[in-house]
Amino acid sequence: MNAILLIVVPLVGAVLAALWPTNRTRPWFLPVFGFVHAALCFGLLVHPPTVPPDAWLGFDPLARAVLPAVSLLFLVCAVYAIAYLRVRDERPNRVFVASLLSVLGLLSAGHQARHLGLLWIATEAVTLAAVPLLHFNNTPRAFEATWKYLLVGGTGIALSLLGSLCLGYASLHGGGKGDLTFVALTAQGAGLSRPWVLAAWVLLLVGYGTKMGLAPMHTWKPDAYGEAPGIVGAILAGGVTTVAFTALLRVRSVVNSAGEGAIANRTFLAIGLFSMLVAALFLLGTRDYKRMLAYSSVEHMGILSIAASFGGIGVWAALFHVWSNSLTKGTLFMSAGNIRRAAGSPSMDSVCGMAAVVPRSAALFVAGTFAITACPPFGPFFSELKILLAAFKTGHGTAAVFFLAGLLFAFFGLTRVVFAIVDGRPHPAARAGGKRFRETAGLIAPPLLLLILSLWLGLFTPAVLQDAWSAAVLQLFPPL
Amino acid sequence: MIATLNLLIGLAMGLNLLALGSNRLPALIRTVSIQGMTLGVMPLLLENHNLDWRILMIAVATVAGKGLLIPGLLRRAMRAANIEREINPFIGLVPSLLLGALGTIAAVALASALPLLPEHVGSLLVPGALASVLTGFILLIGRTKAISQVCGYLILENGIYLFGLLLIKATPLLVEAGVLLDLTVGVFVLGIIVDRIQRAFDSLDTRKLTALHE
Repeated sequence: MNAILLIVVPLVGAVLAALWPTNRTRPWFLPVFGFVHAALCFGLLVHPPTVPPDAWLGFDPLARAVLPAVSLLFLVCAVYAIAYLRVRDERPNRVFVASLLSVLGLLSAGHQARHLGLLWIATEAVTLAAVPLLHFNNTPRAFEATWKYLLVGGTGIALSLLGSLCLGYASLHGGGKGDLTFVALTAQGAGLSRPWVLAAWVLLLVGYGTKMGLAPMHTWKPDAYGEAPGIVGAILAGGVTTVAFTALLRVRSVVNSAGEGAIANRTFLAIGLFSMLVAALFLLGTRDYKRMLAYSSVEHMGILSIAASFGGIGVWAALFHVWSNSLTKGTLFMSAGNIRRAAGSPSMDSVCGMAAVVPRSAALFVAGTFAITACPPFGPFFSELKILLAAFKTGHGTAAVFFLAGLLFAFFGLTRVVFAIVDGRPHPAARAGGKRFRETAGLIAPPLLLLILSLWLGLFTPAVLQDAWSAAVLQLFPPL
Repeated sequence: MIATLNLLIGLAMGLNLLALGSNRLPALIRTVSIQGMTLGVMPLLLENHNLDWRILMIAVATVAGKGLLIPGLLRRAMRAANIEREINPFIGLVPSLLLGALGTIAAVALASALPLLPEHVGSLLVPGALASVLTGFILLIGRTKAISQVCGYLILENGIYLFGLLLIKATPLLVEAGVLLDLTVGVFVLGIIVDRIQRAFDSLDTRKLTALHE
């Protein structure tokens, strides 16, 4: 019941927000419905429900391991959105608020989908619901980003449908009766037709990989993250990408049961390392600090994909990394959004000395950068350490070396841009912009809270979360 | 039945090549529209005489959506934007036709490597689906106007639809309805975006979308 409420509550909120008459008070819908969603979600995390095996939708262990992170990130972004939309009160926010709440509801559906077709419908709907968020700024650059997002994302989503159909045909060819729940597909196991399973895996990896932003299907990401408001970037990077990742994990467990797990692991590892390489190279070249965050997101999706290739312990570490990456990225996107507002430009060529103009945001941005590049004692350090340990335990020493090299180059790339904009003497124009832009508590407290949560997650990983991740691993790799 | 079906799939594959060879937008849209209607009739031929209302609904929705509604929206966008009717391909017409022909041959070869259920042996559904997906990709990559890219996307979706026909009896209604709904909404949104791009750039040339790069 509560599982359905997680989907329905935000969608009802979206309808109400769309009907609400005044621009000024409408943003309050976001934290109110975000809070109800988070309360429900964390209630379910602590008291997990039993999901009937043939259910199409349900708060199963995998949803329990990931969805609370998305819900938490959304709630904090929603609080930030009040202050942000007050700064941007010249723009109508009806469509923006309604779309944001729809995205939350549909993400909940995607995370809880236990049926191949339903999962696809939810992912497609999230893709479409995010479109108005991307062109909130209404500039030609935002249109360009939206067009590319829609074309690349739409093609990816089409390919994942083709992959889903191939997997359905694999089941049919193996004597299945057309039951496309993941439980039924896994139960069919070796009975699935191998060539069709492999075709499905390739198409689904490319399709959902596009949504996740794995290289070389990542091309929409820098444009979208660069032009969308900070919170939209945070929710795309921390919520939408994770739904694609869990989709791939669910499909992978089917491929595993069909006896092709080794191939799935190899492709995961290859595409993950390639994503890290591409991200590191672009991080060393980019001059725009919001696009930089997109490449950092590509890098972290690569890390998740690498971790997922190391079997059960790798997936455990990957789920940990989903949490630490989502929370830390939230800090970065919001503080970058503040800096962007104050500086008036996204490029490091024309922005410098922001530590003097917006000291709190700049401090958060620097701290967040160290957190995301896996400096201890923040969350990403511990999750990436677990991934490294998983690599050595499963005998992937060479991959671990490439992984570390990728992290190192990403560190160089990120710090290069970040210190260029934070240090130095600010331009007079930026000083004036900084005077107009006030760092209110509403714009500083949310990213700070996420940073503290990232720290807490690393130092005192709660037992309930560790349980949830272990249960999810057990669901994906059932003991024989 | 399978002979008639194969005839229609062959027609759809021919329309793929026609789409690759057309150098004017209205012709391209008309080709896509005819292909959509052809696809819409297919579910009726697939069932062995006992017509399920679900299958009938899918057929009607496909003819209306792929054959009439979406091409209508595209024509409206084309008129509203008042753009040139020439296509200005990025990959020329002859190279794209050659690529399309090669893709069709590759699709037939690939399809023969995949195992099929006894009732699907001898049907052109899989090669037709793969050929349309490849054609869609060639149009997406090789055309510069937003509307011709949308047409490419539609042909890609048509290929996926052809593949879906293999599963039409086994998959529950929800999946099929969702597929159609999402498709329509997807193109609808694409249409709005096209409209917006036109207002921002006064042309539908995606080559002008170059502000965002490294």
